[in-house]
Amino acid sequence: MACGKSLCQSGGCHKYDEEVDKQTPLTATRGLINGNLCVKCKASTAVAGGAGGGEDGRFCADCFRGSLFGKFRLAVTSNGMISPSDKVLVAFSGGPSSRVALQFVREMQDKALKNFEASRDKPLPVFGVGVAFIDEHSALSLPPEDGDEVVEHIKTIVSDLAPPGKELHVTPLGSLYSSHLTDGRSKLKELLDAVPDDTGKEDLLTYLRMLCLQKVAVENGYSKLVLGSCTSTIARHVISATVKGQGYSLPADIQYVDARWEVPVLLPLRDCLAQELNVLCQLDGLGRLKTLAASDGPRSGINALVSSFISLLQEENPSRECTIVRTAGKLTPFSFDRLPDVDDPKARLASQRRQKKFNIKSDESTLPESFCSLCNSPLHKSDFPRLINYANDQHSADVFDASFCSSCRFQILPSDSSSMEYFYSLLPQPMIAGSKISSYHDRRLLRQVISNLIFCF
Amino acid sequence: METMERGKAKSGGARQCSICKQARAALKRPKTLEQICRECFYSVFEEEVHRVIVENQLFRPGERVAIGASGGKDSTVLAYVLSELNRRHNYGLDLFLLSVDEGITGYRDDSLETVKRNEIQYGLPLKVVSYKDLYGWTMDEIVKMIGLKNNCTFCGVFRRQALDRGAAMLKVEKLVTGHNADDIAETVLLNILRGDIARLVILAGIYSPNAYRGFAREFIKDLERIRPRAILDIIKSGENFRISTFTKMPEQGTCERCGYISSQPFSEFCLHNDLRMVSGVCLGLDVQKWCKACVLLEGLNRGLPKLGIGRSRGIDNHSKKETKHMNGQNDVQGKPCGTLDF
Repeated sequence: MACGKSLCQSGGCHKYDEEVDKQTPLTATRGLINGNLCVKCKASTAVAGGAGGGEDGRFCADCFRGSLFGKFRLAVTSNGMISPSDKVLVAFSGGPSSRVALQFVREMQDKALKNFEASRDKPLPVFGVGVAFIDEHSALSLPPEDGDEVVEHIKTIVSDLAPPGKELHVTPLGSLYSSHLTDGRSKLKELLDAVPDDTGKEDLLTYLRMLCLQKVAVENGYSKLVLGSCTSTIARHVISATVKGQGYSLPADIQYVDARWEVPVLLPLRDCLAQELNVLCQLDGLGRLKTLAASDGPRSGINALVSSFISLLQEENPSRECTIVRTAGKLTPFSFDRLPDVDDPKARLASQRRQKKFNIKSDESTLPESFCSLCNSPLHKSDFPRLINYANDQHSADVFDASFCSSCRFQILPSDSSSMEYFYSLLPQPMIAGSKISSYHDRRLLRQVISNLIFCF
Repeated sequence: METMERGKAKSGGARQCSICKQARAALKRPKTLEQICRECFYSVFEEEVHRVIVENQLFRPGERVAIGASGGKDSTVLAYVLSELNRRHNYGLDLFLLSVDEGITGYRDDSLETVKRNEIQYGLPLKVVSYKDLYGWTMDEIVKMIGLKNNCTFCGVFRRQALDRGAAMLKVEKLVTGHNADDIAETVLLNILRGDIARLVILAGIYSPNAYRGFAREFIKDLERIRPRAILDIIKSGENFRISTFTKMPEQGTCERCGYISSQPFSEFCLHNDLRMVSGVCLGLDVQKWCKACVLLEGLNRGLPKLGIGRSRGIDNHSKKETKHMNGQNDVQGKPCGTLDF
């Protein structure tokens, strides 16, 4: 049995392309001896190791694809992520996870399109799909030629997708500041240079990327934003957030839906492992970027350390990443960790067809949350001790200072108060605007506290 | 913690202490990143422990307090600091040293010598409780019986209970242990890795024989190298986790066999480990109300050392046979065997 690149027929050689050639004879014979059949359809030969040697470890290519798509679809339907009237923006970095996310969203749209054409009397509209790529080359001070090459590659990937055509938004990160390219670029560089901590810089970049995605989504009228975050990414986030002292806000980031943003963020690949997504990309020959300087550069810091720690654990026990996400999933989510109920008859009709909405438990009784201006994570009580002084002390800087989480204060904000003013001046407009919103939240909270006090007397 | 911080001394160079401004700095404190001299470090460290004790009202005057002493650095520092503070600030405590002798040749002998030295040095009465006296088994004998695998379970469970029983013998009201910030941070991480949400808030050090424990230690050491504050941040995360009040917490109960508090009653412990339950039930033991130590001990004495640990099918089949031989008195009790044996 030949071991073709796109559809490998033997068991076990799915992992690395370079291994494939070397090991073909051996693995192929072993596959024959064991009668290595797919455990699901029992007809084709198994090719794909699923969740690292678990029960779903021996699927054939089709069943493997089906099971992954099933996980995606279950996440989408059970959380009511996409309704027919939506316009969905897929954040595409070029990596395997977001590549699969894009592929699956496209397949889903494809099916919706078929349904639309098939049903005569009451067809549901088909949701729209767009693709966003955030160009970070300027921020990472890489040569612009590389960036151009990447953008060209992305353009071909998107244009190769099946019709209807998907709009591609390529946006440089510097556009958060101004539409003028070099101007935004230099400001962004200045901001990142002002953060001495490596990990802080990395995290700030992540927050800026999200802001930029939100900006693209809002400006182009998208109603949902899909990220390719998979179990492996989320597990890493759980541990690194714990290490950074963000235990309180952690559950906000790891749910299927995160509606604290203007355009709600969806994580439909939350139940898929990075390894599975890699395998699928190889099986289907999905075009993706080979070198991803944007996120795979040499990193030194908490995030890299956590990542290698998790990889080590995953080797020892292939279900470790799932365990981590499952454990953290038991933490109580926030009220914004699900989609707000929209009174849209079409959406209701669609959700009737696939009525499986799980109810996420969240404590609704909590006070309105206020958010960190940088990372937008909900603040813990201990993070705004100066709240009560608001009434007498209306210094803008103070209000600003009051709405940072302790983690951002440590790893991103300058440690001495003298350079704080300068740092504020470097922040892009949306972050400053965001802080106004959160101080509005604070004021609401304050008003509530006061009215409670009055009530007591 | 002390040795950990002292270990950083090399990088200090010839700088001045940032507190007394006189002596040469001997170390850089990871917690504050200050360069300080030896004397100042002692006084700052002792002051901090004193503040924790006062702020949390850990002790009342006249109390009898046992210090769990292993002979290691943490508990030695603890014994020194507590006896020193007790004298200096007149806590009015009756302090004792409490050690456990597991009966491991060549391992405990040395550290017990250290504890005996501490007894003389700090003038604290010492009580040693041994596995042999309490359970009739030394660790060496247990290992001979069950092999090297899984013996950590015995050792950990027995040690916890031995400390409780030693404390009861000394008639002390409180038992203090030398768990430091690293230990607690490690426990938080391990519980996430293990999927144990309820224990995330308890922060109790429980024994884990798994390989990832070693990885977690290394990981925490690496973290500390990059960012010393990370250890305290992990503890902060652990304290701030939003855990629903509905999450079932392990209850503390009294073991019906030995009468001591079992932090992990067997029935509770079985819920997570269905198959372990089977072996106990099939033996006809009323293990639901026993503590884990008693179940393990019963297993040892009956020649079924795997009782209470492991999930392997072999054990299960074995215990099923046992049911036929030993009892069959209660159908309801016997039932789980069939349903769980898949």
